[in-house]
Amino acid sequence: MSFSEFIAMHGRGMYVWGSYGMALLIFVVEIALVFHKRTLTLKQIRMMRDAEGDQ
Amino acid sequence: MINWFKYSAPSTFYALAGKLAPWFAAIAAILFAAGLYVGLYVAPTDAVQSDSYRIIFIHVPTSLLSMFIYLVMAGYAALGLIFNTRLSAMMANALAPTGALFAFIALWTGALWGKPTWGAYWVWDARLTTQLILFFLYLGFIALHASIDDPRRADRAAALLAIVGSVNVPIIYFSVKWWSTLHQGATIKPSGVSMEATMQMGLYAMFAACWAYAIAMALWRVRSIILERERSAQWVLDLPETR
Repeated sequence: MSFSEFIAMHGRGMYVWGSYGMALLIFVVEIALVFHKRTLTLKQIRMMRDAEGDQ
Repeated sequence: MINWFKYSAPSTFYALAGKLAPWFAAIAAILFAAGLYVGLYVAPTDAVQSDSYRIIFIHVPTSLLSMFIYLVMAGYAALGLIFNTRLSAMMANALAPTGALFAFIALWTGALWGKPTWGAYWVWDARLTTQLILFFLYLGFIALHASIDDPRRADRAAALLAIVGSVNVPIIYFSVKWWSTLHQGATIKPSGVSMEATMQMGLYAMFAACWAYAIAMALWRVRSIILERERSAQWVLDLPETR
């Protein structure tokens, strides 16, 4: 099986790759959001501690 | 004997989740690679559906898990409501986004599978409609929790929604039996799987991969939720990462 045949999926490529492409996109975005949230939360805690230290 | 109550304390669970999450992520990565290789390359083309059947390897695992994660989420929410345990409500919140995304992937891949198979992206069929309701229940849970400022009150309100909404899960599952739907019946049954061997292997690998992925995401997400809600506790301020 050639690479172009693999991509074509007997003419069903749009449906197959559209499915896996969307799933991949969602997983990538979810992972990015989870790590962004972690960075944000740690930053907020540091800011809170600094604000309390000033008082 | 493991003292399970020890791990119901947010401080100990925070550390445990941090240790476990990378392992689940690694398992997910390996199984995704294996499942995609078998599902998209090794498994033969279907005689009736041609290659569009290959959507099954992402559609069935995400659909099944979107239902299962909902029940786990509702279970945690109920525990939090009954025993007033802090960690269970946090776990429910950590599971909701992943469950919602799985429900969405199930609907999206189902639409792309429906078009070449049934000739339509969407039909108001019992299975499809109840799955759409599941997606909205997840969104409702997240939105309701986010709309209430006091986290303990938000936990209780969202828990009630989750518990009431769980009635929908058996309806989705049995919808293909109860009503004459366009959607096909169950592929994986207690009596056995009606598939060729490599197709089965691909499906199981992808199912296990999605499972490990969901656990990794929930564990990483709950760590942030724990920190956020325990931010005034001394143990949080003592953590090296908050210094």
